[in-house]
Order: sequence, then structure tokens, then C-alpha cells
Amino acid sequence: MAYVAVKGGAEAIEESIKRLTYERIHANELLELETITATMRGMVDQVMSESSLYSEFLAAIAIKQSEGNVEEAVFLLRAHRSTLPRTYYTRVVETNTMAVERRISASFKDIPGGQILGASYDYTHRLMDFDLIGESKAGMKEWVSQFLSEEIETTTNPDLTTLPKVVEYLRGEKLFSQIEDDNTEPIDVTKQSLQFPTTRSERLQVLTRGQTGAVTSLGYAAIRGFGQVHPTVGELRVGKLPLWISHPTEQSDDEENDYYIGEIKVTEVESFVPVSVQNENNTEEMEFEIGYGICYGQNETKAIAISILDHSLEVGKKEYPTQDEEFVLLHIDSVESSGFISHLKLPHYVTFQSKLDSMRKIKKESEK
Amino acid sequence: MQLQTHFALFDEGSKKEIRRAILKGVAIPGYQVPFASREMPIARGWGTGGLQITLSIIGKQDVLKVIDQGSDESVNAVNIKKLVNKTTGVKTTIETSEATIIQSRHRIPEVPLTEEQIMVLQVPIPEPLRWVEPSEFKTKKLHAENDYSGAWLMLFEQIMKYGKTATDADHPVLVHDRYVMAPSPIPRFDNSKIHQSEALILFGAGREKKIYAIPPYTNVVSLAFEDYPFEVETFDGKQCRLCSATNVFLDELVNQETGSTEYQCNDTSYCLSMLNEDGITAEVEVAHAR
Repeated sequence: MAYVAVKGGAEAIEESIKRLTYERIHANELLELETITATMRGMVDQVMSESSLYSEFLAAIAIKQSEGNVEEAVFLLRAHRSTLPRTYYTRVVETNTMAVERRISASFKDIPGGQILGASYDYTHRLMDFDLIGESKAGMKEWVSQFLSEEIETTTNPDLTTLPKVVEYLRGEKLFSQIEDDNTEPIDVTKQSLQFPTTRSERLQVLTRGQTGAVTSLGYAAIRGFGQVHPTVGELRVGKLPLWISHPTEQSDDEENDYYIGEIKVTEVESFVPVSVQNENNTEEMEFEIGYGICYGQNETKAIAISILDHSLEVGKKEYPTQDEEFVLLHIDSVESSGFISHLKLPHYVTFQSKLDSMRKIKKESEK
Repeated sequence: MQLQTHFALFDEGSKKEIRRAILKGVAIPGYQVPFASREMPIARGWGTGGLQITLSIIGKQDVLKVIDQGSDESVNAVNIKKLVNKTTGVKTTIETSEATIIQSRHRIPEVPLTEEQIMVLQVPIPEPLRWVEPSEFKTKKLHAENDYSGAWLMLFEQIMKYGKTATDADHPVLVHDRYVMAPSPIPRFDNSKIHQSEALILFGAGREKKIYAIPPYTNVVSLAFEDYPFEVETFDGKQCRLCSATNVFLDELVNQETGSTEYQCNDTSYCLSMLNEDGITAEVEVAHAR
């Protein structure tokens, strides 16, 4: 053969990948997966939520592999997710069966069942804790045993799996209209691409797998001025939901034959949004509507923002971008937005040459 | 843990589903068929649409060529080729005529394609009307109603502003007298290669979740006015500094020693084969891949 081809690309890639591995391991510190699942709760929850794959173990591998880069970890899990067969759908989950760990309402001081603060950053002072520099296992152990030995005075209602929903109270007061259950089978957005106008099931799916930052920002915009939602958090719950699947071969739909497949931790928010409605006498009345948000793990800001956007899109007047379903739903996915932004790093010299040609010709034309 | 990946990554059900979208696309030339685009091991915007098509049509006998902006050695082309090869074991090539499937980003090779080949183009924005109408709901309607005034107005406004049309890559085309289509950001120079192409051309937009197609021997006309005909990029009086080819799409390079502008075939594999024919020894560099 007479020619020499410079095979730069393949080699350059190999070297770049080696360099990346070097960056991850050169300090010779081993990060155990257990350490990630045990100590990086917030990150694991965020990654599971954005990748819409519930597995703390897989999330921990992704976090380790991506050196804690959330965008990259989500990408890894999503790519893995699309190779997995989806054999079953679970039974519909009623969230009032949640094993509640935390439950607050901003609407009523005394909610039936009481406010349960649970674990939250909300009541901490955001001061750097320099004691963490010298934290020891012995110290941790001591703290935990001390904590567990503390006597907790329980008041009432110890059953945390049957707490009533706050919204039921308002419904009793007729401040919420009675809405019939919509039991239409939801459309799976991972099996059928979004077609507009969308259904609420599609919107909620896209919102719950949305990038935390993007969802939060758009939710913020909607309540700050570029939207018309002024919600009160009726109820925010964090807790575990049991999941069941029906017997795969059994003909009868008897729930007695269901299989329990585990539980997932979720954050659920019901926001109350005042709206004015016309009554039978053609006069305006105030009423509440609900904005609903739910996501994997403890991601309270995201769940609240989802509830705002859910309502905003339900109104859908398009006076504001936050009411425009195409604007919101097509731009909040982490893998899609980061992918398209980062593709700008790819060479564009054919397209650029084409642009140059066009500009030069215009210039020539105007100089004539 | 199971780590065995399936042939061509996807399970057969997924491939079948994508092939159904492709078949629909072939049946309605230029029409964008929505499909349940999967997340891939490469980034959205980096060719996931093309990759999903390639993976769902590839068989063990196929020979694959992947190019990115004309080059077989560009990092992304290498990466895609590596992934397909790793999950299928099919032979890869840089020789255009040897390939049965050619996946490409923004170029159609200089060597004419044949009936035996399938061209897979990666598409960033499949909607030719997106720049005049951001809403998908509305553009879908415009296509249904055969209302392409937006595309024509865009060209007309350019003529009013600049005295001529000012499109660069991705110049819209009319397919089979029905659908206006984005040919993906190929240079205008390549538009004519789609018209009456012997090879089947498939377009995949992963992030936008659309697949469309040009079946062999389909009429494809670049949008233009009678008095302002369609113009391609011109390289008059210029030739490749290595193989002296003319009538090809050239890259503009700056000679770092002399500071003068030089030109070189954008299609690196074409350039190599030209050199090979003439028995010339040269180093064909892929500048961005170093």
C-alpha cells in the first residue's frame, strides 16, 4: 500500500479513557459501595430519581464510576435501564398506605395524625460542622447508642401506615370538588414517545424523572411571576411504599395471589392551589385544586416543584412558558439536555465550512 | 452478576419496534415517524438516533462504516464503530464501497452509493420548520396540512435581506412532492446525492425521538425559487492539496508554516483511495483527532 493513514482517533480515545481512570484512582483511596449507600443518601436518591431506576446498589456503582458527577451517573443508569426487559407493572399503589417517616402540612397546624418532622435539614443551622474533620467510628457508635436509648414519649396514633390524607379533610368541607377516579391505563413514556397534547400520566412521568435543578428552577419561575400558581403545601410525605405485582399466569385477578416485590422510598407532595370557579348561579367562587408531585427518595424541593408544574401544565393556558407543556417537558430531562449541550464539543467543520461559504457569497454580493 | 450483552445491545423486541418505525418511514418518504427512542451508552446528541437504527438493522454479515463530518477517524465515529463492533462483532471498514451500512454525521460519502448499501444519517433537529415554529404540536399540523409557507418565507426573507438565500447545511428538501424534510446538517453540496439515490437512506433523531427515510430512487428537491436557484458550496479553482481532487467537498486548512490557505478532501477515505490509485505516499491527517 502506498499511503499512510494517520490513525489518530482510536489511539487518542484509548489514551483519554486511561487518563480518566487515572484521575479516579491515582490517589489510591478505595471508595466502598457500602460507604456510598450508607453516607450519600441525598446523592443516591437524586440519581435514582433522575434516572428513574430504583436501586441504591446500582446508583452507588454509577456514582463511584462517575466520581460523584450526578449528570454522568444518571446517564450511566439510564443507558443501563434501557437494556433491561420490563416484564411487569406493579399494582396501583395507594399512597395512604405509606409507612410515613416524615409528614408535614403547611396548611394546618393540627392535622389528623399530627405533624411528623422526621429527618430533615429544614431545622438545622447551615453552619459548617468542623467536628466532622475528626469524626471517628467509635464516636458515631456512641452517639447512636445514646440516641437509641433515649426515651421517646409517644403521644397518639402510633400506626404510621394508615395516616389520613390532609386533602380528605378539605374535601369533607366541600372546598375541593369531588373528582371521579380516572382509571385509564397510564401511557408509559419510555415505550411511546410524547405526543402533544399530553395526558397527565405522561406529564407526571416526565416531571418525576426530570433533572432536579431544572424542575426546581421552572417551578420557582412559576411561583415567582412567570406563572399563576400560588400553592400551599397541603401535605408533604416521605416514606416507604410497598409494591405488589399480580400473579403472572393466574387467570383470576385475585389480589390474594399477588407477589410482594419490595418497597420504595418516595417523597409525595399535594399542593393546594386556590382557583376561582364559576358555580351554577354563574357567580365566581373560590375553590382549591391540587398540584401533585412524587419522586423517588427524599427529594422534597423537587417534589414540591413537580406539584407546582403539574398544576401549571394542567391549567395550560400558555400565557407563561411554565404553562407550556412543550417548553417544560421537552427541556428538563438530564440526559437529553446535557447530551445536546455537550454535542457542541463535537467537530462541526463541515457545517461551519458551509456557513462560511454562504457568508462569503453574501459578502461578495453586497460588494458588487 | 449477568454482564453478557445481547447481540447489537438491544433485545429483539426493541429492534423490531424500531424496524417497524423504519418501515413506516420508508412507506411515507420524508415523514417523521415518532418512536420510543432509548437511552444509549453514548450521549443524546452524539448520534443515538443513527445508532439505534444501525443496531436494529445490522446482521452478522454486514460490514459497517462510520464517519463523522467526513472522517472515519474522528473520535465520535471511532467510538460508535467500537460500540457496534463490540456488541455485534461485525466487520468494520473505512472503504465506502465495501460497507453495507454506513452511519454518518453530516456527510454523504463522495463515492456514489449502491442498491446494496444503507446510509444511516444522524439528525440533531429533524423538524425543518422548527426555526419558524418552536411548537411540535403546531409543526405536526403544518405537515399534515401541507403548509410549508414558513419554510418558503424563511428563504424569501433571506433574499430580501441578503440578496440571495443564505442557508448553510441542512437546507430543506421536498420529498416525493409531499413532505418538506430536514436532510440533517449535510452541506448543500450533498443534497443532490439524496435525489434518486440508489441506496436506502435512513435518518435517526434519538433525542427528538423521530425516524424518517428516503427509499431508493425517490425524487428529492432542494427548496428554491425559479429566479433564485439552489446553490451549493463552491470550491471553484480549488483542489485537494494531497490527491488533487476537484468536484468534492473540501476542508479549508491553514498551513501553519506558510500561513496560506489550503484545501483537502473532507471525505478522508475518498482521499486515501485516490492517493492509492495514483501510488502516492502521503500522510492524511485528521487534525481534530490528535
